[in-house]
Amino acid sequence: MSMQLELRSDVSNAAPIPLLSLSGVTKTFPGVRALSDVSLNLYPGKVTALVGENGAGKSTVVKVLTGIYQPDEGDIRIDGEALSFPTPQSAETAGVTAIHQETVLFDELTVAENIFLGHAPKGRFGLIDKPAMATRAREILDGIGAKIDPGATLKDLGTANKHLVAISRALSIDARVVIMDEPTAALSQKEIEELYELVESLKAQGKAILFISHKFDEIFRIADFYTVYRDGQMVGEGAIVDVSKPELVKLMVGRDVRQIFPERDHNVGHDILEVAGYDHPTEFADIGFTLRRGEILGFYGLVGAGRSEFMQALFGITRLSGGAVRIDGAPVSIASPADAVASGIVYVPEDRGKQGTIGALPIFQNVSLPSLARTSRKGFIKLAEEFKLAREYTERLDLRAASLDTDVRNLSGGNQQKVVIAKWLATKPKVIILDEPTKGIDIGSKAAVHEFMAELAAQGLAVIMVSSEIPEIVGMSDRVIVMREGRIVAELARDQITPETLVSHAAGIREAAQ
Amino acid sequence: MTTTTRSIPDRLRSPLERNLKSWESLLMLVAIGIFIANSFASPYFLNAWNLSDATFNFTEKAMIAFAMALLIISGEIDLSVAAIIALASTAMGAAVQAGVGTEGLVLIGLAVGLACGAVNGFLVTGLGLPSIVVTIGTMSLFRGISFIVLGDQVYKGYPADFAFFGQGYVWWVISFEFVLFAIIAVIYAVILHMTNFGRAVYAIGNNATGALFSGIRVGRVKFTLFLLTGLMSGVAAVCLTSRLGSTRPSIAFGWELEIVTMVVLGGVNILGGFGSIPGVVIAAFVMGLVTFGLGLLNVPGIVMSIVIGALLISVIALPRLWSMWRG
Repeated sequence: MSMQLELRSDVSNAAPIPLLSLSGVTKTFPGVRALSDVSLNLYPGKVTALVGENGAGKSTVVKVLTGIYQPDEGDIRIDGEALSFPTPQSAETAGVTAIHQETVLFDELTVAENIFLGHAPKGRFGLIDKPAMATRAREILDGIGAKIDPGATLKDLGTANKHLVAISRALSIDARVVIMDEPTAALSQKEIEELYELVESLKAQGKAILFISHKFDEIFRIADFYTVYRDGQMVGEGAIVDVSKPELVKLMVGRDVRQIFPERDHNVGHDILEVAGYDHPTEFADIGFTLRRGEILGFYGLVGAGRSEFMQALFGITRLSGGAVRIDGAPVSIASPADAVASGIVYVPEDRGKQGTIGALPIFQNVSLPSLARTSRKGFIKLAEEFKLAREYTERLDLRAASLDTDVRNLSGGNQQKVVIAKWLATKPKVIILDEPTKGIDIGSKAAVHEFMAELAAQGLAVIMVSSEIPEIVGMSDRVIVMREGRIVAELARDQITPETLVSHAAGIREAAQ
Repeated sequence: MTTTTRSIPDRLRSPLERNLKSWESLLMLVAIGIFIANSFASPYFLNAWNLSDATFNFTEKAMIAFAMALLIISGEIDLSVAAIIALASTAMGAAVQAGVGTEGLVLIGLAVGLACGAVNGFLVTGLGLPSIVVTIGTMSLFRGISFIVLGDQVYKGYPADFAFFGQGYVWWVISFEFVLFAIIAVIYAVILHMTNFGRAVYAIGNNATGALFSGIRVGRVKFTLFLLTGLMSGVAAVCLTSRLGSTRPSIAFGWELEIVTMVVLGGVNILGGFGSIPGVVIAAFVMGLVTFGLGLLNVPGIVMSIVIGALLISVIALPRLWSMWRG
């Protein structure tokens, strides 16, 4: 509360002097104007949230700031001095560092080596000074409150700790400007809280922070200023205290978004999928539940609770040590994804780039891939049929693409997700598993995915939705299964689904759960 | 964002335009250039029988190269193909000594090829081993068996009608091997470019995990590709043994590298995911024309292999240099 008051007084003063300012920046790619005369100001000791839909130019501006892209026009100034960043190293030297959505780390190296890769402290003869490196790594890790041994091998760490290593890596250069590109996307609630504390401590050190996020709650919680981009242009900026969520959303999408989650009838039909005694040697144990037609069953849990691992087992990727599945009462054997698809179970993975799509193949081939038997005759491809199928399902999902012949890797995250969903709907499944269906996609596409999910359920499809976003779980689910440490710890009916019950079951807080 | 559905065009570039700007078109120009250069360099080149002889430089290798192209596009490789020829030829030679007739010899050649392909396929897809290591191992293994069986001996005495596969002519200067090469080229072009199986090959080569997650039976497809490569090695073994009329354990020595060269020269990405059969066909002609042209000029074999190597590196480096130069 005191923070907020303090902030108000700050903002009411004369305009603060930016530490880093970007003005008139334009960047074009063949056929696309990614940034058009945009500006951005970052202030010392303040968090500026950069918001915008996917494709608005957020990632491009980050790449301009970190020396990966060179702008066609425009100025970058730090402390009023015009600079250019011809290489990532020059951006680092100027004190700009970024924590990316997916920072590249090296599994076989130690934590300290990952943190200092490329700029390790050097000793005599230019060799790496390992003791100094370990000491400085320890200081940085302590500085962000991470209890990680600098000598540990990275592959032995969990997802959350790897993320902390990525953050430490960004902080290992003497940065004055810290860019955080969706830093909380892969984190659980508890880890997010810790990240907020880290942001506060960076603010206290006078660093200017650029915070990119799709989550409005966290923007309003930690940001001091906002800048909104839309279609490569800057459409608004100001102090967070002077703006409301609906106003910000309106700026982002250029229209009103009245409700975030679609209204639904919660009519569920008969049982369609029964899972019993699913066991895995290490990841999960004794998973059993039933799923009904027209139902959206949410799976909630902290990162590492075994939800994705279980879903991949159900889809035939992961080998099981035991368990049985029935579809429409009949036992089925699922030893491969091909078996799962044949039984009517499909899986939309969290990792779209690697698992969901084949980036170098065009949209129509991605959509038809599991349905080739239907778009061909005696094994021979019929292109017209293939295009027809791809057109039917991509248009249902309102896919945005130049043509169906466009390679999937050239689409935005939200549109790639639509391709994955279109691919599976074309197989006419009975059960669709969506693993973090809206992770990292913009708010407009998010709403489209939610609406579509509701429509699918209304048409009688059984939907399993794995999500770590509480609003999504609360807003969409008919029923929720909470997993913790590889086991089901709670099954919540519709009227029991509240953020409090979800968090307490997932974290194993007994009192609160009752 | 409006909610009206828009019609997305199927394609922006026509397939014709895409083909004209392709690697295959460039390679075709190279082939024509070499053809013209050869006809100026040697007065003996533009002779129907000489040209027909030239085809023997690539027909057998190309048969394997087609299957190898699919395998490389899927992200795997088989370096044991020449050793499979040696083993299949040795088996046929041994069968001749036992009095087996022509039909039996062909069946034995093909069966040994298939069996070797099955061994490679099992080691790669069943045990999950990397194909480059597996097939370097089986390369030594298969040829090693030939050396043990034959030592410094030679198998001869193939039946007279067995000679047709490597020495026979279907019509005028058109050899049986050339016809077989053309048929196999068409079959593989159809498999790769017109069937669901071919589509799966591309999908696997671009992203095997994504293909698996899309319900493709990745292991089964790859196993089939190893079988096909083994089978084509068996076919080539029949043709080559028939053409030479004898079997030595050093038969087809070093062919695996020429075959991989042919595939890569044809525009197939050595890392998988991209390539075409027409490209490999043109590459086969290019390599055949170069070696034959140099042969007519009495250039020794060592120099030929230098030329082939330089050709490969330059055609692969040129596009890269071109884009670097354009900045």
